[in-house]
Amino acid sequence: MKYMLLIHAGAVNAEGGAEGCTVQDWMEYDKSVQDAGIFVSGESLADLVTATTVRVAADGERTVVDGPFAETREVLGGFYVIDVPDLDVALDWAARCPGARGGGSVVVRPVADFGA
Amino acid sequence: MRGEAAGAVESVFREEHGRLLAVLVRRFGDLDLAEEVASEALEAALVHWPVQGVPDRPGAWLLTTARRKAVDRLRRDQAYAARLAVLQAETDRAAPPPADDGADIPDERLQLFFTCAHPALPPEARGALTLRCLAGLTTPEVARAYLVPQTTMAQRIVRAKKKIREARIPFRVPEPHELPARLPGVLQTLYSLFNEGYSASSGPDLQRPDLAEEAIRLTRVLHRLLPAARETTGLLALMLLTHARRAARTAPNGDLVLLAVQDRARWDRPLIEEALPLLPAALAGGPPGPYAVQAAIAALHAEAPTFATTDWPQIVALYDVLLTLTPSPLIALNRAAALAMRDGPEPALLLLDALADEDELRAHHPYHAARADLLHRLGRLPEAAAAYRQALALAGTAPERTHLQRRLRAVDPAA
Repeated sequence: MKYMLLIHAGAVNAEGGAEGCTVQDWMEYDKSVQDAGIFVSGESLADLVTATTVRVAADGERTVVDGPFAETREVLGGFYVIDVPDLDVALDWAARCPGARGGGSVVVRPVADFGA
Repeated sequence: MRGEAAGAVESVFREEHGRLLAVLVRRFGDLDLAEEVASEALEAALVHWPVQGVPDRPGAWLLTTARRKAVDRLRRDQAYAARLAVLQAETDRAAPPPADDGADIPDERLQLFFTCAHPALPPEARGALTLRCLAGLTTPEVARAYLVPQTTMAQRIVRAKKKIREARIPFRVPEPHELPARLPGVLQTLYSLFNEGYSASSGPDLQRPDLAEEAIRLTRVLHRLLPAARETTGLLALMLLTHARRAARTAPNGDLVLLAVQDRARWDRPLIEEALPLLPAALAGGPPGPYAVQAAIAALHAEAPTFATTDWPQIVALYDVLLTLTPSPLIALNRAAALAMRDGPEPALLLLDALADEDELRAHHPYHAARADLLHRLGRLPEAAAAYRQALALAGTAPERTHLQRRLRAVDPAA
């Protein structure tokens, strides 16, 4: 079963790591996900100032705006998709993720299965 | 004959429902399917038993029938079967062998306790699911127990089951190293059920004994399944000792009777006798948990011949321990009440006044009632009357309000 771990990291310090988790921590976590054979995909997202929002109205008109600039606390900083047997295992991997520490949080969501 | 058989079905089903469901869930990995075939098996029993007689092993009969119905259902619905087969293959890998205690149906309920009280489920759904899956209550019965409309409860249960199914919350017993993190959630769920039954938060009945009794019944089961878990033992003792006072807690006219003036002859001695031997195991072998300490406090009350001769110094000491384990203004309030008995109203009032800014207590009527009682004992009647009025403005059940009104009239006859 596939789960997406949405990583809402805490404030990033000068070294590029969030409070309480270093770049080294991230590299070790990434390696352990790969080594466990559960990695499906995963990316870390570029800084929020680079984000752009697109909306298309009912008449087909496209609006493009800079942002969004949410509260610093709840910024999606990256994600993993992992394939594990059940929610308990997914929660264990979420708890090991450096992004869950230092004021950050990891939201675990099952990937919808349309019977494919 | 028909009535007798129906009665037999009902008592067997109620007793065996949790066991039946746990075995079916483990076999098929799906709560909905398990519930469906379990109730179909009951219907079959209602048809066959009055004619053929109640089988020697009614639980095993129900299980065999339910299994057969599940297999039929899966044969009819291949897509569903394929999905469950994947699930099952994965569950089988991790699942421990079932415990066989020689009973009619093997007891695999422990995994169901942990699934129903899973931290990923909303707290208000955990108790409801536990009542449905383990106590065998129907959704309307669960709704009545929680004083919510049936549709609300049905929705709550459907949503929780959807999450179990779609987020794949597993049916498994946590590993020993996970127990310290997971068991408190199960105990909390059972204790909430108990409290929900013990003091209704609104409405005319101060107690709904069935919910408290269901909680005790389930905690006894959990204690049997996890005999070495000391906090389970502590919780069972606490529930039994609290429940032992139920008859003395309400006057015939429905009024609340405080511990201080309860008729101790009406306390349920068999429950107390069941609880007291549990305490040494709950308290020994390492620092005790909060349920065990609360049970120890309740045991001192149970053993005291009168309120005045209660071992108050020991009770204050136990509250000190409890405050270090689970610091909370509510426990500080109870400690102050015990301290009033040990040292008199004045130092206790100082403690209560120091708690005046706690958010949890400002809207908690027992805080204002306790303060009012102390002011009353100190002869500060206008202040006592004001505090009783504050309590009255917050009190929920009818008996509690009647009690407070009577206390208020004692300090302010004009009220």
